[in-house]
Order: sequence, then C-alpha cells, then structure tokens
Amino acid sequence: MMLAFDQLGPSLRLLARRWLRPPALDWPLALALVLLAGVGLVNLYSAGGPDTKVALNQGARFVLGAVLMVLLARVSPQSLRKWTPWLYAGSVFLLLVVAVLGEGRGAHRWLDLKVFRFQPSELSKLTMPMMAAWVLSRGELPPKFSSLAIVGVLIAVPAGLIAKQPDLGTALLVVASGMFVIFLAGMAWWRIGLVLTAAAAAAPVAWHFMHDYQKKRLFTFLDPAADRLGDGWHIMQSEIAVGSGGLWGKGWQHGTQSALEFLPEHTTDFAFAVFSEEWGLIGVAAVILLYIFIVGRGLMIAANARDTYSRLLAGSISMSFFVYVMVNGGMVAGILPVVGVPMPLISYGGTSVVALLAGFGMLMSIHNHRRAPH
Amino acid sequence: MNLPGARMQVRNARVEADMFRARAIIGFLLIVVCLGTLVSRYVFLQVYRGTEFSETSDKQRISVRSVAPSRGLIYDRNGVLLADNVAAFRLEIVPEAVEGGRKGMEHLLVELGDVVAISADDIERFRNARAKKKAFESVPLRLKLSEDEIARFSVNRWRFPGVEVVPYLTRAYPLGPLFTHAVGYVGRIDLNELVKLDPSVYAGATHIGKTGVERWYEDELHGAPGSETVEVGADGRVRKKLDYVSPTPGKNLYLSIDARLQRAAEDALGARLGAAVAIDPRNGEVLALVSEPDFDGNLFVNGIGQTDYTQLTQDPRKPLLTRAIAGGFIPGSTIKPYAAAAGLELGVRTPSDTVVSTGEYHIPGQARGYRDDFPAGRVDLKLALAWSVNTYFYSLAYEMGIDRFSGFLAKFGFGAKTGIDVAGEAVGVLPSAEWLRATRNQPWYAGYTVNVGFGQGFWVVTPIQLAHALTVIAAKGANRPPHVLRATQAGIGAPVQPVPLPMPGPNVGTRASTWKAIEEGIWLAVNGPPPSTVSGLGKEFPYAIAGKTGTAERFSRYDETWTSIATSSADRHQVLFECFTPAEDPRIAVVVALEAGHSGASDAAPIARKILDAWLKYDDDAPATAAGVAQQ
Repeated sequence: MMLAFDQLGPSLRLLARRWLRPPALDWPLALALVLLAGVGLVNLYSAGGPDTKVALNQGARFVLGAVLMVLLARVSPQSLRKWTPWLYAGSVFLLLVVAVLGEGRGAHRWLDLKVFRFQPSELSKLTMPMMAAWVLSRGELPPKFSSLAIVGVLIAVPAGLIAKQPDLGTALLVVASGMFVIFLAGMAWWRIGLVLTAAAAAAPVAWHFMHDYQKKRLFTFLDPAADRLGDGWHIMQSEIAVGSGGLWGKGWQHGTQSALEFLPEHTTDFAFAVFSEEWGLIGVAAVILLYIFIVGRGLMIAANARDTYSRLLAGSISMSFFVYVMVNGGMVAGILPVVGVPMPLISYGGTSVVALLAGFGMLMSIHNHRRAPH
Repeated sequence: MNLPGARMQVRNARVEADMFRARAIIGFLLIVVCLGTLVSRYVFLQVYRGTEFSETSDKQRISVRSVAPSRGLIYDRNGVLLADNVAAFRLEIVPEAVEGGRKGMEHLLVELGDVVAISADDIERFRNARAKKKAFESVPLRLKLSEDEIARFSVNRWRFPGVEVVPYLTRAYPLGPLFTHAVGYVGRIDLNELVKLDPSVYAGATHIGKTGVERWYEDELHGAPGSETVEVGADGRVRKKLDYVSPTPGKNLYLSIDARLQRAAEDALGARLGAAVAIDPRNGEVLALVSEPDFDGNLFVNGIGQTDYTQLTQDPRKPLLTRAIAGGFIPGSTIKPYAAAAGLELGVRTPSDTVVSTGEYHIPGQARGYRDDFPAGRVDLKLALAWSVNTYFYSLAYEMGIDRFSGFLAKFGFGAKTGIDVAGEAVGVLPSAEWLRATRNQPWYAGYTVNVGFGQGFWVVTPIQLAHALTVIAAKGANRPPHVLRATQAGIGAPVQPVPLPMPGPNVGTRASTWKAIEEGIWLAVNGPPPSTVSGLGKEFPYAIAGKTGTAERFSRYDETWTSIATSSADRHQVLFECFTPAEDPRIAVVVALEAGHSGASDAAPIARKILDAWLKYDDDAPATAAGVAQQ
C-alpha cells in the first residue's frame, strides 16, 4: 500500500500540471471520432422516433466519454503501465462481485452504484489488453511459451466470468482484445495456426457449455424463417431494413422499419440497421470507411509508440474496435448470429460509449508520448 | 524482477518495433479484407436484392382498406323518401381495453346487459366477429341503440372501460311496412352471396339488397367502394393515413310509385289477403304496388331476431309473399276481355256475332254441362262482357281451339314474367296443350279448353301480369312493360336523370275495332244497369270507368272441400277486379286481387274504386276531388 501511494504522488502532480494545458490529441483520430459520434447521434435521433431522450442521453454520454478521453490522453503510458496489474485485478474482482450480486435483464451483468449502473465487463475490455501488453512487454518478443500461457490464463479468467453472466458478445471481445496483443507481439504463425485449430476442435465442447437460448440463437441464425415470429423476426426484419435502404437509402427519418417497430432493438443492437435503411449503401460504405480510417490511424499510432507496452496496447485497442464493427455489422446484415455487441459510437449504450472513448483516450496518450519522429 | 541488459533491450526494441509494424500491416490488411466482405454483404442486400426487400418492407407496412360507399336513396315519384340511410349508434368493445382478460370480458357482458338489452344472438355474433379481429380492433356488440339506452350507458360509462358508443349509417325505411314488398330491404351479406360477389365492388360492404327494388337495382344503389391506404406498425395498428380515395355513392332512385296512392291502396285492401296494382297505361309506370299482409322490412336490415323471423315464416297468412308480383291467382272472368281480343283478332268472331246462353253449355256431342250464372239468352260481345256470360266464352274458346287461344293470350304476357324491375316476380301459368304435356305429361282434352276459356282450369296469373295485360287493352294494343324506376340521381344535389322507358313489346292486335268493342263491353259492365256485373261502381266518378270482374272457384265444385272445408261463400272464391279510367283515354289501370271473397263485384271492385278515388286527388290532370266534380 505504501508503495502505491509513493507512486501515486508524482502521478497526481503530473496529471494536475497537464490538465491546465490545452488538450493534446491526435487530431485526425479525434475528428474521425467526432464525425462518427455525430453520425451516431443523428441516427439515434431518427431511430429513437418521438423519444428524443435517447439521442440526448447518448449525447451526454459522448460528452462524458470525451472528457474521460481527454483526461486519459494526459496520463502517460508509463503510469498506465504501472497501474495495469491493479486495474486488471480490480476488474476481475468487480466481475466476481457482479457474479454474486449483479442484476440485469435475465443476466447478471450490472453493478448498481446508485448514481449510475455500471457493467464491469466493459472495464475488462480495457484492462484485458493492458494486462496482456503488460505481461508480454516484460519479456522478449516474440513471446515465449510460458508468457503465452500466462496471458492465456489471464484472458480465460475474465472471459470465463463474462461468458457465465452470460454475455457471449463481450466475452468474445475480451478474448479478442487479449488475442490481438498476442498476435501483435509476434506470436509464431505456427502457434497461431495451432490455437485456431484447437479453437475449431473445441467448438463442440463450447456448444456443450452454451445456454439453451444461445444454442437457439445459433439455430435461428442458420434458418431465420424457422422462427419467423420469434428470434428469426429480428434477423429477417433487420435484413429487410438494410435491403430496403437500397443504394441511396430512404432518407433520414424516413426509415419505416424502426418507426413502425418492425425492427426490434432499433436504438441498441440494430441501430446500424436503421442507419443502413435511411442512408443506403452509400452511407454504409462511408461509415465503414470511417471505421477503417480509425482502425488504421490507431495502428499508425501504435506503430509509432515509444515502447512495447504502448504499442501492443494501442494496436489491440484499434483492432478490437474492428471486432465490434464486424460482429455488429455482420449481425445486422444476417451473416453473423445475434450477439449483443454494439456498433461502436452508433448503438445506444452508455457504458460501451464511455469505455470505447476511454480506450481512445489511452490511444491519444500513447500518441502524445510517441517516439520523436526521425 | 530481472531486467535484461540495456544493450539487449535497445537491440530488441528495434526488432520488436519492426516486427510489430509487420504484424500491424498484416492485421490491418486482414481487417480491410473482413470489412470489405462485410460491405459486399451490404451490396448484396441493398443493391442486388434491394428492390425485393423494398417491396417486402412496403408490403408489411402499407395496408389498403376498402371504404364502403353509401347506398343510394330511394324516393317515390314526388320525392317522398322510401329508403334512407340514417345515423344510428352501436355499442362496440375494444377487447384489449377490457380489464381482467377472458373473465373480465364475461363479467363485462353480464354487467352491460343490465344497462343495455343484449340478446344471446348479439353475444354469439360478437364472439364470431371478435375471433376474426385483432385485440385492439373494436367489435360491434349491439346495433341500433335506443336513445334511452344511449343515455343509460352514458351515465354508467365509467364502469365499462373499452366499451364505446359508435355512430354508423344504417338503412331505414321511413314508411315501414307500406313499401316493404315493393322497395324490399337490405340485409347483411351472407356466405352464399359472398362467394358470388365481385370482391372489388363489395370490399368493405356489409349489406346487400335482398328483395324488391333494393335487390333489382343493387348495382345502381351500391356504388363503388373507395379505399384508404394506411401505414400500419408491426402490431397492426394504424399509424398514418397515406391516401384516401373516396367511395362513389350509389345512385338515388326515383320510383314511379306515388306513396299517397300506395297508402290509399293499402288502406283500401285493409286486412284482406291480396294485392293491388295501379299502372299508368300510357307509359307502363307502376303507380301503386301493394301486397297484403305486409311486414316491416326494417326488421331485416341489421339481422332479424329469431322470434320475429319464426313469427313471419310460420304465419299462415304468408306475409313474406309479395302477392302483387309473385302471388298466383286464378283469373276467372277477368280473362274474358283478352279471350275476346283473341276471338276478334283471329277472326273467330265479329263484335256483332251472337251466342245464346241457356244457363248451361255443352261441347257438341258431349254430355257434360258447363255452368253459366244465369240464362242470358242471345248476347253479342258487348253484353257478354258486360254481363260476364260464360257460354259466350266457352264456345269462343272451343271454336278457337287451345293452341290459338293460348298462342294469342301469350301476346298479353300471360305465362311469362312482365319484367317489372322488382325482384321476385313469378311466372304464373298460361294453360296450353304444350304446357300440360311438358309439366304433367298429360294429353289435352276439349273440356279443358272450355274451362280455360273463362279463366279457370290450370290458370295462374299474378296481379302484375293481369295489370300489364289490362294496360295493353287500355293502350289499344300497345305493349308497354310495367316498371317502377322513373329517374336516377348520381348523388344528392345532382341533376335528376329520367330513365328511358323499357323497350316496348310487340303490339298486340292490328284492328282498332277490337279495342273499341272490348272497351264498350267492359264500360257497360260498370255503367250499364244490372245484370251488368258492377253496375253503379262508376257513380259520382268524373270519368268513365271500364272494368271486368273475376270470381274464380278456389276449389272444384266436385271436390269434397267445396262442401266440407269451404263452407262460406266468401271462402270459396278468389276474387278479382280489373279496371281503367278514363275509359276512352285511360290514364290509370287498376287490378285488385283477393285470395278469398264472395265475388269480384262485391269484394274487389269497391277496393278498386277507392284506389281510383284516391288517384283523382293525386293525379295532376284530374279535377280537384271526386266530390267537387259531383257537385258540378
């Protein structure tokens, strides 16, 4: 404990000094994020229908997330690194708390802090890559088997807890964020191949441990028409929303699928379906390009990072961002099963927005502490 | 912690950075490939299958509902409303809004029954209708609430969430039973009708003309439905009206019937079973079409109750039978003027040819006698008609033969529908050898011809047939089909368009003398001294009336019923009277037919006279009143 306080003192002074300066951000990335958040708000305003509260709430969360991003941008990666094991341990602890006392619709995901409700699994999305980067940056790269094994265990613990909530989507993201660190750390290709093969072989075992509703979702995904009025409804209506948008879209606030409530969850999981309906392929392509730009820019920041920890963390945050887009975009278009993964900055959802922007705050910090250009 | 050597760390850092760069580039390329695949899926959905999904999206959100047109109104010749659409109120329930689910609904129906009368039929119908609708769609429970019921419900409304009083338009016949047989009534479309109807015309419609004019002119009265295009949500609730095409209301019809004359004819008939028909022989316009007994067509509009219906169907007086066009009567002597026309036109007789009546006629060489009312002695056509001498017509029919007789009488329209534009007309029977062979496979005997010659034996005529035939005589051979539609109107306020007269039938006869002789005969029947059959009927009437009675035997004289069942004379006969006036240039022809009576002269003729008296009051061309004329 004393050690922690000694480390805390200088960090606080450093932070206090930095807060007085104008925000130091990677402006292209910040601009892209603002643009995306704008698209998200405009879309939510339409998807929320007469309920403008949805867009307003989301706006408030964007502000909260942006503040957190700016603050985190001033925390040096060294400080982050120092705190990493504690943060990781804290997030796992919270997951355990949630597993015991949590609440939520049919799943134990939420922690009620009276002031606001909080999903500890979102925290894990950040602490997981931090921890993996922390472990791997301590040894030589490419990582040795022992390091990989440690990281594997560190991934498995929170992922297992989250999967048990049950929240397969977030578990998947947590696993992905850890795996990206390993991948970027230069894990040997033959090992990657081995892990993928093992994962494929383990699928039947995973199936055995899946909840009935999860199994049903998979079946429904494979044949939506079989469950026309149940879960298949989501998939079919989402495809109709996307498809009926056509090339140019029906126009903002002219989408019918959400306004008439054919499309379920149209502000959260299926917000991108609303966007696709109203803005058409042109809008979809533009947003996907924006996402690619953000991922690319994030990877550039990672490549220019000062040390291995920063590199791995920044790279993982960027690549994880892609997983959100792929899983949600694929679900909305009916090529991936329905899993509760939001479309980043477009789906309504407070914790997710704040967690995402916090992640970008770390990216910004890494950018601010990059290597001096040669 | 064992920190590696500083040199080692620097060297490794460069290697690690390069390796990271390589991995990042590979990762980025993989990401671009994945997202490219994702976008290609969107291209597939939005471009390749875009039109298909667009249609699916529209199909599930846009719903086109039909709006039933309002039915055309029916007026009499003077614009008196005979069939109206009136605002009524019904009780509707929105099942979704009823508290307490199934039990709550049961409870509600019981409670509601204390406030508004609800029959078992109502509940049955409500349940059937409810099964076909969504929970938020309101279902009618009780139609045609009375003012009292509305008031009582309003006070108790708070007790019944989900129950509403809703206005609607319903058919109403303001004159009640008076026009039920002529105008007919509408009723709910039943299953048999549903399969035959054009769904594009009857979409949204609930009612259809069932009888009378309502049925005959169904197409004109119905109109064309409009449509309402609405946007519905996933739950089926209407969110927005997108388009509205207003329905084309049905045409208003103006009938030739004069409601005042109709009323007078009904009053004149009183409680007797029978019919009265009045036609303007100049154009075939029906002025009155009365059938007794009648009933209130309003009962049928919104579904007749079981008790009312049973009462009507089991009534031995058969009130549902429209006697004026579907009642079968034995014409008796009313047939004689037409038989006379046949004899004159076919050259069998001349007006001055005479026949001797001894009181009994024998076919040459046969023993059986055919009765005459009295031995009239030697009579020509005029006297034969005036005194209704059977022997004259026995011998005429016998000499003519059945083929020529029925061949000629067919020209007057006997044995065929007149084509009157009121649904439900019967054909009747014009006896002929061919008819007997076809229907009963029996040979024809000469004795039949004699009987048929004075309107008995096999004969069945409807009052409208007889009235039509009478107009042919009145119009001196011109054959104008009877009809009730005079004019139409595309909507209230639109110009009233006269309807062209129906195509006239072929003229009957070629000789002016034929009509003159007949007219003189039946004029004398009314205006001559006894034994003229209806002597004195034309007293104090401003115009000359020409008329012919008919007293037909309902039962054969040789039948047991003649003596056993039908004891009274008034029950033995079907009695008729046909007349027109003014005799020389007729403007009205009247037929009265009663199912039972003593004689045509004593029972039917006075009724016809009352109708003529009423007509005088209402006819524009007639002197003000009969009394006024009498005083001059």
